[in-house]
Amino acid sequence: MAWNEPGNSGDRDPWGDRGGDGPPDLDEVMKNLQKKVSGIFGGDKGGAGDAGGQSGGSSSGVLIGGLLVALIIWGFTGLYRIHEGQQGVVLRFGEFRSISEPGLHWHIPTPIEWVEVVDLGQLRAVEIGYRENTRTGQVGVVPRESLMLTRDENIIDIKFAVQYRVRDAKNYLFNVRDPEGTLQQVAESAIRQQVGQNDMDSILSKNRQQVSDAVAATIQELLDLYQSGLLVISVNMQDAQPPEQVQAAFADAVKAREDKQRLINEAEAYRNEVLPRASGEAARILAEANAYEATLVANARGVASRFTSLREAYEKAPEVTRQRLYLETMEEVLSSNRKVMIEGDAGNNMLYLPLDQLIKKGENVNGNNVKSINLSPSRASQPMTSSSRPRTVSRGRESR
Amino acid sequence: MSRINLILVLIALVVIAISSTLFTVDEREKVILFRFGEIVKADYEPGLHFKLPFINTVRRFNGQIQTLDAPPVMYQTEELKNVVVDAFVKWRIADVKAYYIALGSVDVNSRLGQIVADIARAEFGKRTVKEVVSSARVEIMDIMRSSTDEKTTVFGVEVVDVRLKRVDLPPDASNSVYARMSAGRTRVAKGFRAEGAEEAEKIRSEADKDRSIMLAEANQQSQMIRGSGDATAAKIFAEAYGANQDFYSFYRSLEAYRRALGNGDDLLVLKPEGEFFKYFGQNVAP
Repeated sequence: MAWNEPGNSGDRDPWGDRGGDGPPDLDEVMKNLQKKVSGIFGGDKGGAGDAGGQSGGSSSGVLIGGLLVALIIWGFTGLYRIHEGQQGVVLRFGEFRSISEPGLHWHIPTPIEWVEVVDLGQLRAVEIGYRENTRTGQVGVVPRESLMLTRDENIIDIKFAVQYRVRDAKNYLFNVRDPEGTLQQVAESAIRQQVGQNDMDSILSKNRQQVSDAVAATIQELLDLYQSGLLVISVNMQDAQPPEQVQAAFADAVKAREDKQRLINEAEAYRNEVLPRASGEAARILAEANAYEATLVANARGVASRFTSLREAYEKAPEVTRQRLYLETMEEVLSSNRKVMIEGDAGNNMLYLPLDQLIKKGENVNGNNVKSINLSPSRASQPMTSSSRPRTVSRGRESR
Repeated sequence: MSRINLILVLIALVVIAISSTLFTVDEREKVILFRFGEIVKADYEPGLHFKLPFINTVRRFNGQIQTLDAPPVMYQTEELKNVVVDAFVKWRIADVKAYYIALGSVDVNSRLGQIVADIARAEFGKRTVKEVVSSARVEIMDIMRSSTDEKTTVFGVEVVDVRLKRVDLPPDASNSVYARMSAGRTRVAKGFRAEGAEEAEKIRSEADKDRSIMLAEANQQSQMIRGSGDATAAKIFAEAYGANQDFYSFYRSLEAYRRALGNGDDLLVLKPEGEFFKYFGQNVAP
């Protein structure tokens, strides 16, 4: 019945291929009627042997019966079904009569009344800036639609998908020729209007949703102005990016922002490394100082206490202690060193001592004291070297 | 038989008569009824209507909102820049009689297109690119709609809306826009990197400064502690030694001898005199 199935937006005009005058469906119905009637007659004719005389009388009854049957069959053709999510728009001679909801209905059969079914539930979509091939899933870009100027006279590459459905079947059918095409045009116009009112950066970053919402509102406003019967469900900004020609520069700017953060992070890493180390070092310096102080004080206390103890002992018996200490010290000093004793008043005499040899020997014998006590300052003054170690001396010299 | 045929013929005649005297008007249509080419009636409501066969003829027009989507046109703005403008017009037949008389079979789109183009040229010439793209866009569309509508009323067309679709720069101008955008981004990128370097240097130098201060303060405190240690030690020594200065001098001298001479490396040239040698080489017989 409905010659305009939803989505088939091509030729909706029911008069597209017909003559200018009257509904020609009448002719078609006449033809149908004639066929059916002649079918009845045909059957009649076949068995019309001797009943020829009678046929004149009963034929008009048959005719009326036939017409009646045809009328009933015709009447049944007015039954139609509306599926869930659809609405039927009933027209009588082209004039709007009623809207029928889902279920079984009847209208006066064609050509008096007919019904056009519109799908209200189906969600449809138009794509601006790209076309997705529903079979292969491939996306084709339409730069003519997707490239547009922003308020700051930059060019942005932006893609939208608009989802919509039919809200009002009557308006959808009657008011606008090609509602889907209209939606496409209106969407394109609304997008450019809204994008033109925003700066590029704000569209690329924070204002995406805001722009989408504004686009949706503008589209709906215009669709309502045209009384197109369409309802915008959603407007989605699929993609918003700088045009291909400048993407490298934009990407570099993004990278630069990362670089900035990286440099800062590296510096912070340096700081985080340096400061704790310095703090540790400072702690070490302090600890060393404290150790120095403690050591020094403890040491001083020790030494002082030792001295004090000794002093107390000394004060009890000063003479003896003094002498003892003196002798012990002298003993220790003199016993560990080599010595040369000069007796008498030798101060005025030239005394030759091979000091260097004596010293060397002392070193070379590794601390073994050579007791060469010359009690009499001999005039020859030959040093009394140990005859047992001449080699050591010479070797020691060579090795120097 | 012949009666039946006669009835059938009659029915056929009736149907033909009806179909040629009746015509329908759809919700989507505007219809004009002519009598030998003269307009008789043009304001038909949707539904079934009568006409005289052979005398009256009917002509149908689409009464829906239709679209003129003209190809893009180049206009000059106030600053003599070219912009490529793609607009569409939504219109419908308001007065089918006027429409038929004015346009007849002339293509309405070309007439409408000319009118819109004229108005657009004037409006764009008054404004800058920035305005036509952004602020004045809606205003231009409003003006274009009302002006176009005014001019089309005479031929029975109601302009529902005029919308600007594309307002773009021509390709060569687009390239310079791209160049400008790239340069702008490069500037931003350099700024970011320099800022990063600046920040980093600040942080590093701050860290170095903090370290130096930290160490210097530690050194300062260290010297103070050491000094106080020295002082304490000196005080302890002074207290201890001060108790008997004479003995200290003796004791300390002995210790100094032991330290200075007691390591066995020295050669002492001595005169056996003094207290230590008091009995040395003497006759100790009492």
